[in-house]
Amino acid sequence: MTLRTKAPAGMLAALPLVLFMLVAFGLPAVAMLTGAFSTSSDAPGGAQWTTANLTDSVQGAYLTGLVSSVKLSALSALLAAVLGLPLAQAVVTSRHRALREGVLAASGVLANFGGVPLAFAFIATLGNAGVLTEHLGLTGAGWSLYTFWGLVIVYLYFLLPLMVLAITPALEGLRKQWREAAQNNGATGFQYWRYVALPVLAPSLLGGYVLLFGSAFAAYATAAALGSGSVPLITVQIADALSGNVLVGQGNIALALSLDMVVVAGLVMAVYVPLQRRSARWLD
Amino acid sequence: MARLTRKPLWRGAVGLLAGLYFLVPVAASVIFTVDVPGQGFTLDAYSGIVSADGFTDSLLLTLELAAATIVLVMVLLVPALVAVRLGAPRLRPVLEIICSLPLVVPSVALVSGYSSVLRWGPEHLSRTPLFQTFTAVQDKRFPFVLVLAYTVMALPLAYRALDSGLRAVDVRVLVEAARSCGASAPRAVLQVVLPNLRGALLNASFLTLALVLGEYTVGALLGYQPFAVWIVNTGGNQAQLSVAVSVLSLVVTWMLLLVFAALGRPRDRSRSLSRSRRAGRDAAAPAPIAQEVA
Repeated sequence: MTLRTKAPAGMLAALPLVLFMLVAFGLPAVAMLTGAFSTSSDAPGGAQWTTANLTDSVQGAYLTGLVSSVKLSALSALLAAVLGLPLAQAVVTSRHRALREGVLAASGVLANFGGVPLAFAFIATLGNAGVLTEHLGLTGAGWSLYTFWGLVIVYLYFLLPLMVLAITPALEGLRKQWREAAQNNGATGFQYWRYVALPVLAPSLLGGYVLLFGSAFAAYATAAALGSGSVPLITVQIADALSGNVLVGQGNIALALSLDMVVVAGLVMAVYVPLQRRSARWLD
Repeated sequence: MARLTRKPLWRGAVGLLAGLYFLVPVAASVIFTVDVPGQGFTLDAYSGIVSADGFTDSLLLTLELAAATIVLVMVLLVPALVAVRLGAPRLRPVLEIICSLPLVVPSVALVSGYSSVLRWGPEHLSRTPLFQTFTAVQDKRFPFVLVLAYTVMALPLAYRALDSGLRAVDVRVLVEAARSCGASAPRAVLQVVLPNLRGALLNASFLTLALVLGEYTVGALLGYQPFAVWIVNTGGNQAQLSVAVSVLSLVVTWMLLLVFAALGRPRDRSRSLSRSRRAGRDAAAPAPIAQEVA
């Protein structure tokens, strides 16, 4: 009954969303795609179809930037996912309602603390003249914030809270009865997690990881404000190219680099979607 | 019993480590700004910010953008998700893919697309009525183009938050129960389904608000000056000042989110109380899992 009467309503209610995405997402996507495959209008001979932008974008310095962006995002997202799960579980199972809500609100703030403020906070803490660097004499120990691992530590600061936010609803969906049933059958705490909770959480964990990878990969402001010239990143290269920091006629290299980023992010999604669909039934 | 005594220890250790990692940079930033070498304790870095040019303008602009983005995200997502759960389950994967698409396009890449599209205005459309739309959308006082971009960027986060909420509630059972008690379909959705999604709705709004407040990339590369961009433009010259602005922006964000949380909660409590007292009428609506665990 409900099925038959509601089906058109379901389509109708989804229509504005689809139309919005066509305009606000589809148009720029098409513009990027066509731009990546053509020379910019200020090039000698005007705009023409070409694949030169794309071949340039995966060579030399641009290739180095792409690879180190992927490495940085994959590693920091993995660390954040592994460390974020126990943190989220500690928050969810806390008996103090105020603490739980406080931490979740704080996660909202800190997940957003990415970008410029985050960079300045870490410069003040662990930068060359930072408070910790000076008091603990870290420079003598070979520490520098402006390295790959320095960026990982900075990125964790917004990835961990993001993981807590992403995984909390799923952790709250774990039913007490499942744990009790496992215990009644003689399962230890480890066995409960290994055979019941983690398999149920797997889709949400994967989803969380993808979110984290995506936001680490997309992060631009943090790295830009840190001035981490020693770690080349594709986002910084795109921004440079967009601000006209390229040779005349190569204006569309930014669009080609953007397309590279889209391809990498698309590959991740192509792995994630089938996995997620297979195991998502558990929480329904 | 052993479990009962062991748990808090484990939780305390995790909490302590996390607390240290998250508090030390904030504390260090504060020390860095008030303890200037050669001057000792001073608050100059902070007093300089509030009187700085454009502070209120950019903050207000960002707040307006955030409000518009949250409204747009909710108006687009909530009806679609609820209706699809109720009547067109086959559309669900389609919606999920649509809402996940922006994950594939990082904000820097999205900006490069937007700036290409915006260039079409003067290049190709200057004699058509569409040109006025292009101009209106790029109005410096309220650049609606930013709302469009922010909404696209917020969709995956908001979708995930709302979808997890919907997952924990059996929308169909709730609606059928409400309808068999005589509620109309809109009433069933507005008064039974949405209150059960309050956590998810708040979570989605949180994420959207946080995203807009901290957004730098799109605003900066399209040439506007929302709060985050203003911070960079103003504080870039001086180490102490820029760190002070960062601390201030963290405080501002904190306060806004706390206000947000406070707005959402009291109504939550009073309503669920009054509903449980109204015995019988809503008894058919099962207590959703989310509330039971939370």
